This record gives sequence, structure tokens and C-alpha cells, in this order.
Amino acid sequence: MRDFLPLGEWAEKIVNFIVKNDHGVLAGLGDVVGQMTELTEGFLHLIPDWLLASVFVALGFWRIGWKFAVVAAGALLVIIGTGFWQATMATLALIISSTLISLLVGIPLGIAAALNRRVNYLLRPVLDFMQTMPAFVYLIPAAMLFGLGRVPAVLATVIFAMPPVVRLTALGIRQVNKEQVEAGITFGCTPLQVLLKIQIPGALPSIMAGVNQTIMMALSMVIIASMVGGGGLGNNVLASIQRLDIGLGFESGLAVVLLAIILDRLTESFGVPKEERIARRKNQGQGA
Amino acid sequence: MEARKTMQEKIVVKDLYKIFGPKPDVAMQMLRSGKDKDDIVRQTGMVVGVQNASFHINAGEIFVIMGLSGSGKSTLIRLLNRLIEPSSGQVLVDGQDVASMDPKQLIELRRRDMAMVFQSFALLPHLTVLANAAFGLEVSGVPRKEREARAMKVLEQVGLAAFANRYPRELSGGMQQRAGLARALVVNPSLMLMDEAFSALDPLKRTEMQGLLLDLQRDHKRTIIFVSHDLDEACRIGDRIAIMEGGRIVQIGTPDDIIRNPVDDYVRAFFNGVDVNKYLSAKDVADVDAVPVFFAQSDFRDGFHAVIERLRAARRNYGFVLDSDRKLVGTVSIDSMIRSLESGSRELSYALLGDLPPVNGDLNLSDLICRIVKMPYPLPVVEPQGHYIGAVTQTILLKKMAKEELTHA
Repeated sequence: MRDFLPLGEWAEKIVNFIVKNDHGVLAGLGDVVGQMTELTEGFLHLIPDWLLASVFVALGFWRIGWKFAVVAAGALLVIIGTGFWQATMATLALIISSTLISLLVGIPLGIAAALNRRVNYLLRPVLDFMQTMPAFVYLIPAAMLFGLGRVPAVLATVIFAMPPVVRLTALGIRQVNKEQVEAGITFGCTPLQVLLKIQIPGALPSIMAGVNQTIMMALSMVIIASMVGGGGLGNNVLASIQRLDIGLGFESGLAVVLLAIILDRLTESFGVPKEERIARRKNQGQGA
Repeated sequence: MEARKTMQEKIVVKDLYKIFGPKPDVAMQMLRSGKDKDDIVRQTGMVVGVQNASFHINAGEIFVIMGLSGSGKSTLIRLLNRLIEPSSGQVLVDGQDVASMDPKQLIELRRRDMAMVFQSFALLPHLTVLANAAFGLEVSGVPRKEREARAMKVLEQVGLAAFANRYPRELSGGMQQRAGLARALVVNPSLMLMDEAFSALDPLKRTEMQGLLLDLQRDHKRTIIFVSHDLDEACRIGDRIAIMEGGRIVQIGTPDDIIRNPVDDYVRAFFNGVDVNKYLSAKDVADVDAVPVFFAQSDFRDGFHAVIERLRAARRNYGFVLDSDRKLVGTVSIDSMIRSLESGSRELSYALLGDLPPVNGDLNLSDLICRIVKMPYPLPVVEPQGHYIGAVTQTILLKKMAKEELTHA
């Protein structure tokens, strides 16, 4: 029996149509994204592993405390010691560029959704779609539109990782105390001043939680994106699956986990208000 | 208040309506054809927030808007600075209609001449107390140095100078609201809107803040519109009170007016459980006829005998002595006069009962009660300058209080 609703065929036709008629727009976009990722990766590779690792440890000490600094130092030593530093930095470069693009697009979208009901209604199903569609599926059109390599990996990651920051930005702005917004208006703020001086600062913890979630989603997606040639740790994971190499699988998988822990804790600490951070630090001091 | 015709009208509100819902015109039509608020909610789902509000607010007065929650008082105050868009009607501030201003004019007016204090304080948590206080100036582009200097001055006024560099969350509720008040005062507005500004504070702090507000008002008269559900607060700070019910203003008047002549049961119900005694003072209970009065120069010219005779005839034991200006000289009793006659003195001063200081007419009733329970004699009530008003006795006081209870029950 033939399907009476050939949605798949249509999707294919649309992608093909875009490929044939994009007049270099996609190529241009791809170039920008590719350059950005390459530069980031180049920069990360430029710095000696011990120096960059020390920077992470120092950040961990500054933002969270010495206990976490010790954990981070251990984790980074494991990554360097197992020989996955280069791959980890390649993965980090992918995460950085896809997260940057996600935030650049996602935060303004979240703000628009919070301020405009119609945008919100339009955006919600799109976000649901982006988040629930199996991640692998994005790789097909991404590869068709941008070829193989870092660019489709980054862009597929952007699509998968953007929804949390959009949602949490919108939520944060909507949850800003109503009287604080009224206070802004009362003292003569223009709508832009209300946004910049009251709503965004008020929503910052929520926005930072969104950034954190987006980074974590990006991390899981860039591993999958190795299937279209994203490179980095994903390549090792993929190779270990293809060769059923338990050792390689464990080591590369562990590197992913350790990177995840460091990124998660560090970015989370930027969403916590200063006083609370200090209080936590004190508690930690007492515990020790 | 009303009597002084020279008073300037700062705000004039004319036929102001607010309907919450998609089609305010439909609801307005229904209101005009005599449907009430409940009909409109039932038939259209639209809520009438404020209906047919018309009143004026004088320059320099504290105008309190009172009502239960849901009576529309918070909506009304927000219509005055257009935090909420009016559905129809006019809000004239210094003769300019706020309801028809374009956004630019409105922002200009808010920056220049209006400020608001909120129930939840609504300080910005990411700014220091100083930066919060300077917020109104920051918004209108005043350079940092100048605005911080001005904010600091006001923080000193409200007693927060030492906390200028703290964050709001480090402050107690009362201190946060001082900061909220400072933020409003820094822009030096002629008009301040205060929405339940002290309702979130504990009673002690609330009284303290009311005192602060009155002090500030004494130094610099501003027009203050104060929303409250607390009658004690309204009576303490309000020059006039507007009472709202179901989006309508049911009565406007001075606290005394409203307590004495509540316009309907709703207003009367407000005072149920309220200690009416607080709002009555000695001069309200003083009775002119209760105690005979004698004039020092004329009545005592022939000694005590004539006065004693007249007291006996009136079946009274006590009499008050006044001078020719009707100022109180003192109290005499039949006994005190007989005693001084027996000791051979004809001087009035010997017959005056000592230890009987007169009651100031403004003394509130609860304090008056304290004095009168210990006192078997009638007490004279005088004006601040000493002019005689009347007498209070335990009986007079009880009768008067019983009567008040009846009118407000």
C-alpha cells in the first residue's frame, strides 16, 4: 500500500530545492560557521595543555571552591594522561561555536517570546519539534546542505541545543516581579530601558540556567555529530563502536563525562547570585 | 479642607472607567444601559475594574484610597499614571490629560513629576541601595556623580545613608521600604503614588514609616495618593479618604466626616471592629451643660454664697470658673467654698480645687478614659489656648461611647 501522506518525500524535495537554489547563501553561512569553529579550535590547540588545564582549575577555584578545583585538576589529568586532550579540545571548540550561535539566536528569540504572545504561540511548537526530533535526524539535511565536516555538525547542534535557552530566557523574563517592571515604567523607563535595566538583569539566573542546559545539550550533540565528520571525541566514540573497542570506548566516553562535569559546574556557577556563592563557599570551608 | 477655596486642584479625575477584557466598548454600553458589574462578568467575562470615578485631589494633600481587596483601589491608582490604560474618561494632572498623552509625553511626565512606592518595595535586586535610590535619575540620563550625590542626600533624609552600598536583600522590610521611598523622593516629584506602601510591614514598622511620611510631608508638601486597606493608617495620614467598593467610589471625605456620617452599610462595616474611640477626641464628648460655669469677675463679686446657692439649686456639687475671655480659671465645689468661708477667706483662689488640670480638647478618647476613671469630679475640656469647651464625666463618656457603638453597629 502506498502512503497517502508522503511527508517524507516533501521534506526531501524541500531540502533538494534549497540545495539547488540557495545562490551561495548556505555556502556563505557555512564559511562563517566553519571559520569560527576552526579559529576557536586553533586557539585552543595553540595553548599548551598544562596552561589551559590550569586556567580551568583556577576558574573552578574562583567560582566554586578548592574542592571542585581538586576534582577539575584530577579530571583534566585523566584526560591528558589518556591522550585525549587534542580530541577533547576539538570537541570543546565545537561546543563553544555551537553554543555561541545558539545564544546569539536563542536569547533574542526568548526575549521576543516573553514580550509578545503571538511570537510565543508560534515558537512553542517549533521548540518542541526541535527538542524531540531524534538528534540523528538533523544530521541528514545538515550534511546535504553543508557537506560533511564541522559546519553541519555545529549547525545540527545549534538546532538541537537552542531550545533550552529560548525557553528559560522567556520564562525568566516573564517571572520578573511585576512591581519591579511597574517601578521601571513609573520612573519613566522606555520599553528598551525596562528590558535592559530590569527584565534582563532580573531574568539573568534563569537565562544562565538556560545557557548551562544549552551547553550540556551541545556536548551530547557534538558527539553524535561525529557521524557527519564533526571530529573530536565523537570520532573516538564512533570508532570504538565500529570496532567494538571496549578500551577506546571507555577512555573516550570518560573524557566526555569529565568535560561535561567541568563545563556544567563552571557554567552553573555563573547563574548563582554572588551572595549565595559566597555562602556556599563558607559552608564548604566549614565542612573541610 | 473643602472650605479653603484657595486650594489648588492637583488632579482631577472625570468619568474614569477601566474594563479588563477584549471588548471594553461592549461592557461600557452595558454599564450605560444600567447593567451592573456582576451582570457584565456573567454575560461577557469582562471585569469592570473602575467605574465612573470622578473626584479631585488637592495640591499638597494626602489622599487615601481605601477599600477591600478587589474593590479596584490598586487599579485606580495605576490609572492615574497609566500603568493601566483607562478604558474611558480623563485624568487631569495639572490640567494635562494623562489618558490622552502620547508615549513620549507620558514618559516625560513620569520622569519629571510622578513617582510611585510599591507594596513589595520593588527594588531592583542587582543594584545597591544607592543605585536603586538614584534609579529615577539614571533613567532620565542624569550623570552618575550628580545622581548619586542627590540620592545620597535623600538616603540621609530617610536614615539609610549607612546602608547605601548594601544590596536590598541585605535590608529588613522596613529599611527596604525606606529605600523605596527614597527612590521616589530623589526625583523630587510633586506627586507621589503609594500603593499599599506600608502594608507588608509589621505594625510597629508601619507606624514608624507613617511617622516618617508625615515628617517628610511637613518639610515639603507633596500631593500623595495612598492606597490602603488599613483604616487606622488612612485616618492617621489621610487628609481625605475615598472609600471604594466594587470599582466605585462610594464616599469621599475627611476621616472625621466618614466616621461620623458613613454613607452606607458598606462604609459603616469598615469601622466594625475598628476602635472608634481612637478617632474621637475629648472635644467630641465634652458636654457644655453638664457643669454650671461661673465667671470669676461677675459671679464671685458678692463672695461664695450666691454661687453656693446656685449650685444647690441646680443640684450640682461642682462648678467651673472662667475669666471674661471664657478661659478656664479652675474648678470649685460646694465643699471647697464652704471650707474657705469657714477659714475666713473670701479669696476665690482658696476655693479652687487643686490637682485638677483641664483636659486638652484634642486628647483622644482612650487617653481620656485613663484620666477619667481615677477622677470622681467632672473634668473641664479646653481648647489649646485654654478656652472652655465643656465638661466630661464618667457618665457623659459612657453615654457618648454607647451612642457611637450604636451608629456603627
